[in-house]
Order: sequence, then C-alpha cells, then structure tokens
Amino acid sequence: MKPAELSYTRPATLSEALATLHRHGDEARAIAGGQSLGPMLNLRLVQPKQLVDISRLEGLRKAAMEGGILAIGACVTHAEIEDGVSADVTRGLMPHVARGIAYRAVRNRGTIGGSMAHADPAADWLTTMIAMDAALRLSRSDGSRQIKVADFVRGALHTAISDGEIITQVLLPRLGSDARWGYAKYAKKPGDFAQSLAVAVVDPKRNFARVVLGRRAEPPALLRELSRLLTANPRPPPQDALRQAVEADLNDAKVYANDRTMHRAIVERAARGLSA
Amino acid sequence: MTTITIRLNGQPVTRTIDDRLSLADLVRDHCLLTGTHIGCEHGVCGACTLMLDGKPVRSCITLAVAAHGAEVRTVEGYDGDALMAAIRKAFNLRHALQCGFCTSGMLATAYDMLSRIPDLDRDRIRAELGGNLCRCTGYLSIIAAIEDVHAERAAKS
Repeated sequence: MKPAELSYTRPATLSEALATLHRHGDEARAIAGGQSLGPMLNLRLVQPKQLVDISRLEGLRKAAMEGGILAIGACVTHAEIEDGVSADVTRGLMPHVARGIAYRAVRNRGTIGGSMAHADPAADWLTTMIAMDAALRLSRSDGSRQIKVADFVRGALHTAISDGEIITQVLLPRLGSDARWGYAKYAKKPGDFAQSLAVAVVDPKRNFARVVLGRRAEPPALLRELSRLLTANPRPPPQDALRQAVEADLNDAKVYANDRTMHRAIVERAARGLSA
Repeated sequence: MTTITIRLNGQPVTRTIDDRLSLADLVRDHCLLTGTHIGCEHGVCGACTLMLDGKPVRSCITLAVAAHGAEVRTVEGYDGDALMAAIRKAFNLRHALQCGFCTSGMLATAYDMLSRIPDLDRDRIRAELGGNLCRCTGYLSIIAAIEDVHAERAAKS
C-alpha cells in the first residue's frame, strides 16, 4: 500500500508547472490535495514518474467575480467552500454540497479542481456542476481553453483533459435572486460516495432549469424531460406531471430494476426540495 | 530523495526522504512517533488523522514532501493543552476506547469538531465522526465522551 517510486516537485509559478508537465508528457500527473490521487497512488492504480504539486499556486487558490461568473480557483478546498471562505453565487448550494463531501479531514485537502479532474461519477461536484451548467478553464503550456463540465466528462473517471493540461478555474454562473435548488443523496454512511445523487436547479430569471442524476460507474445523466417541465413550470409542477417526466428520464438513462426505486426516490426528493 | 523541514509538535525536524513517503510513515518510521496509526492506507478509516497546519488530515494519503514548511501535530504533541486534556479525561471516564487503534485519529477529529463547531449536537457529532472507523464498536461511548466535553465547555462560556 505504498506508491511506486516517483519524483515530486512543487513549482513556484503556473507557467513553470505547465512547462514541467509538458516536459514529462504522460509520465507526469498534477497533484493538488491528493484526496483522490493519493489513494490511487497507494493502491498503485496509477504510477506516474513525476508529480507536479499545484496546490499552493496563489492564482489557483482564490475565487473572483468575472462579470456574472464566479471563477473559483481549482485549488480551493471543499472545506473552504463549506466555510464560505470564497464567495457564493449559488444561494447556498455550494456550501451545502461541500459539507456532504467525504469527511472534514478529506475536505481540508481535497480541491474542487481535483475532484473535477478525477471525475468519479458518484462524487458530488461533478453532478452539481453539470446541474449549474458550469464550465472549466484549462491551461497547458501552449494556451488555454474553456469547456462545459457536461462536455468535459466522457465517462466514469474519464475526461477531455489532455497530457500537460490542468484545470485552473471552475466557472459558475450566478443564480438569479429567485433561483432555487434541490439536492438529495443516498450513501451507505455519512461521507461515503453516493449510491444515488440528484441536483436540481431552477433559475426563472434566466429561463433555466436543470436536474442531473449522479450514480456509480456511469457519467451523470441530464434528466431532460424533468428539466423541460421545470423550465416551463418554475413553481413545482403537478405531482402526476412530475412523476411522468421522471419515469421518461429514468427510461432514457436506462435505469432499471432495484436501482430504479432508489434513483426515483432521490430525484423526486431533489425536485421536492425546490419548493423549500 | 528530497530534504524537507517541518515543525513537528513544536520542534523543527529535517529529514532526507523518498518522495513517495507518506506523512504517516515520516512521523512513525523517521521520527519514531508511533502514536499515529496506519489502518487502511487509502484514506477511508481515519486512524492516521493528524493535524497539518492546525487542520485534521489523512496522513496516509498526504505525501511527506508536500508537508515541507508546514506545522505537524501528532497525538504526542498535546502536552499542556487544556482541550485535549478534557477530551482524554472524557474518553477515559466514558470508556471510549478498547484496543486503542483508532484512538489517536478519534482524538484529532474530536479536537477539531470541538474547536470548530459552536452548536455541536449529537447528530452533528455522529456525522463528523463518520470518517473514523472503530472496530471495537465503541461509537456510542466515543460520542458520549465528545458530548460531555462540549457540554462542559458550553457551561463554562
């Protein structure tokens, strides 16, 4: 249970970090809090020759408004979001989600960018970010690009990131003053990965509503019918219409048998949470 | 190999170590402080929890090199600390440990929640303890011990 041999470096600047990652190609990994990569190193599921520690790069440690967008540095920790150290544009959704991630000792080191890069579909941020229609800013030594989180995730633990590239910011649109959200999670114990997770966001001023289901082994599923229904009826729609939309979405997401009962309950809880 | 310096329980410590060494192995094998226990070694059980710059972290999935320049406090580092003395006394009175393997991690987690959360109650204690496993199943007495300390502190303030 010890990592394979590796070298570690902690560059002082982002450009130095990107140059180091570029030089080592697919033998290098960026590490921030190491709360996903650390276990994978110990289990030797990954064996990078070079680790590049980006966790103390000042530019990645803060959050700033850019017009109507909050740009959260990739190395802001879950605990900092839980405590409200960085600004919140989500009317309380972000701190609420943060508090339910793993355990405080993990949240003290784990970062939002690291969680995105790891892309575990049962983790909280991925599903939440897709429900928020958030984007990521990625940098490499030859430039930067922006991509929606929904497009960034290609599958379980599989993303659109390329060698030498790191996430520098998570870009969150500001919710309107009458926006509401709902969040429901089922896990076998507090802090465990979700068996089922649903996040609903309704923002009438932007004519936006989105409900996303997170689960094990499959990428988060956007629930299109329910999202459409909530866009048209920002106040909770009639119960039978809601149920009909959920059933159609669960068919689309190919959720059957025992799991279906669990996911239906979690999605309906998140949708009901909207009225609170 | 990399040479690092940390402050360990208030004392500067310099060691030359393999880059892949965990912080848990640094304090146990290189500094001979064996009060930090290693259980699952992948961040699940909480036995190795210690304080890094005043915050609880999992030392089995924290690289020692990444702690260069930081303040590390292990279970051996609480001499004269009133809060930790109160927690230990409550653990003793409530019989909140049996084999003791999880205890140093439990103490770190208890210390953190008692100093960070002013409105601690039974449900919150249970949730905060979710990341520390005890296989003697002493959870009820551990929760009771933490409740006692919180009640004492609330009565004083």
